[in-house]
Amino acid sequence: MEYEVTTEEKYTIITLKGEVDLHFSPAARKQILKFLGKKHNVLVDLSQVEYIDSSGVASLVEGYKLARTNGLDFCLLNSSDAAVRVLKLAHLDQIFPMYLSINEYLNGS
Amino acid sequence: MNIDTKVIELRFPSCSDRLKLIRAVICSVAGMYGYTTQDVEGMVLAVNEACMNIIQHAYGQECVGEVILEVLDRSDRLVFRLTDSAPPCDRSLIKSRDLSDIRPGGLGVHLMQQVMDTVEYIERPDKKGNIVEMSKKLPHREGV
Repeated sequence: MEYEVTTEEKYTIITLKGEVDLHFSPAARKQILKFLGKKHNVLVDLSQVEYIDSSGVASLVEGYKLARTNGLDFCLLNSSDAAVRVLKLAHLDQIFPMYLSINEYLNGS
Repeated sequence: MNIDTKVIELRFPSCSDRLKLIRAVICSVAGMYGYTTQDVEGMVLAVNEACMNIIQHAYGQECVGEVILEVLDRSDRLVFRLTDSAPPCDRSLIKSRDLSDIRPGGLGVHLMQQVMDTVEYIERPDKKGNIVEMSKKLPHREGV
């Protein structure tokens, strides 16, 4: 897994790439918690995620819960089909706010 | 009585950096049997989750034990059997949790049950570890 971070004034986008499994999800979790800790709204771009397991999903859930506690936004952006299938199996596809583009997020938030 | 034909057996250290390799093997084996893409993805996910449970919960830390993965052709289904040498766990405590409780963790068993036809935890005859056995009904027998 690789990731890219783009920070703007109102939000940070963390783009996860490749396979988010037990070996790599700690790195994803660390980035998510780091920017939420800085009081940034966090958008996780899942468009390039080819595989995600329950450890990766757990990192997203932890971010979602921390953001809610702190009154921040935590959203998923452009989720790949592979990611959506696992989120649906976990019954989480209706829990996370999901946007198809950054503009959709900005217009909706 | 079921007669198993062993398709493949792999022994690997209980390290998370081996999961990618295991997923590739399961993808190839399941693909060979003509399952749909959705079923193949499901079996890859389930075996990955079972391996994760062994690494995280049975052994409790990375790379301290061995995992044996066997794929068995059992008449109308493929069976994925994972054996570890960790301290035997209380099988009655292994169950899916309430998903309406939104919290990180505890999803692995649920995912395995969602995508496989059967998921069973079996006591090792020598009581020196744990066995989880999952199966998925074969789509058809032609061409295998």
